[in-house]
Amino acid sequence: MIAIVDYGAGNLVSVKKAVDFLGHECAITSDPAEVAKATSIILPGVGHFASTAAIEKSGLRDAISGAIGRGVPFLGICVGMQWMFEGSQESPATAGLGLLRGECERFPANVKSHHVGWNDLDTTVSSLLFRGVKSAPFVYFTHSFRVPANRTTVAYCEYGGRFPAAVEKDHVFGVQFHPEKSGEIGLQVLRNFCSL
Amino acid sequence: MLTKRIIACLDVDGGRVVKGVQFENLRDAGDPAELAKAHSESGADEIVLLDISAAHERRATILDTVRRAAAQLFIPFTVGGGIRSLEDAAAVFAAGADKIGINSAALADPDLITQIALRFGSQAVVVAIDAKRDMNGSCWKAFTHGGRTGTGCDAVAWAEEAEDRGAGELLLTSMDRDGTASGFDCELTRAVAGSVRIPVIASGGAGGAQHFVEVFRDGNADAALAASIFHYGLTSLGDLKQELAAQDIPVRWPC
Repeated sequence: MIAIVDYGAGNLVSVKKAVDFLGHECAITSDPAEVAKATSIILPGVGHFASTAAIEKSGLRDAISGAIGRGVPFLGICVGMQWMFEGSQESPATAGLGLLRGECERFPANVKSHHVGWNDLDTTVSSLLFRGVKSAPFVYFTHSFRVPANRTTVAYCEYGGRFPAAVEKDHVFGVQFHPEKSGEIGLQVLRNFCSL
Repeated sequence: MLTKRIIACLDVDGGRVVKGVQFENLRDAGDPAELAKAHSESGADEIVLLDISAAHERRATILDTVRRAAAQLFIPFTVGGGIRSLEDAAAVFAAGADKIGINSAALADPDLITQIALRFGSQAVVVAIDAKRDMNGSCWKAFTHGGRTGTGCDAVAWAEEAEDRGAGELLLTSMDRDGTASGFDCELTRAVAGSVRIPVIASGGAGGAQHFVEVFRDGNADAALAASIFHYGLTSLGDLKQELAAQDIPVRWPC
């Protein structure tokens, strides 16, 4: 069973719908015990980084961190990916998981502060996540902060400079775009993750 | 590069797409779920479903329609029309919409924008503005209730307020151009796009590929929406995107 973690932020229906469509058993849950038993974990997220404080308070953080420690595949989407880092300028008081180093930051002032729409990726680094995906794929983004440059990046995007759009470290993955809203390409990314 | 979005709009009344539809290879040309899927497969970047049911009792079907359309749609999906409260919005999200569009209710109670944004995120809130050029021609005024009710509210000022209150995008319809196929109102679009930092979706007046080129180039639109030209097959989404690409407008093509 794939756990789609509900920490009270945003709308998880579309993620569940995509995983259902791919034929994988999944459940939306806010119960740390359920998350601890999951075969893989998806942490979606939209909105403000401060909302991730609920992950800490609810005991979900320990459940997620324990599962990752046991080798359970994990995928953070959008703010869920940002949470994998140490923190974000969006909410300095809120700690991330800290699995990856650095702090999420704003886009520079020469572009609109929200990166919204379809943009193409540079996926030249070989990765599990983009297996079977053609080069320069278009995916759907909607975010105002981005993760810092890091060595686990497997896809880059260009908006106010080059920034990491996907990270991959062993069985831990993060995508800044929304695979559940990125058509066939997004479904292939989810299929790759869900089949691990 | 961030691309310009082409959005296909479905006007739905009592669970059926209206405005006349001529889609090939569909069992039921007026079914919103089938049309949404067909548009997605032919290259639409996003689907907007507007419930234009005038009669209240006909609205009951909308959640079922949204659910059926969302089940097979894996691109952004916005639903608008008749959303009056946070509860209405929550029901539409639960049915599978990614964003909701609000117009009349937001003008009546601008705090509704903030309430929905706080609960579901700004990216999920599209404020729709129906704008009409003022009689003396110097500005545009916002209208509600499908364009039937004037508010006297300046459309550009309202756009700025909507952004401040938490709107994630603006769907800007030119009432002067809507249904004319004479091109988007680039002047209106440019005025609004220049005064906010959130994406502006231009709507009203699409008649051919050149109109999209103009609204992206001269109107500074981030996205453009059309309904009838796609339904009537006057312009296929693929042909439109190829034409835009040929004129150096960045688009998601091939998808």
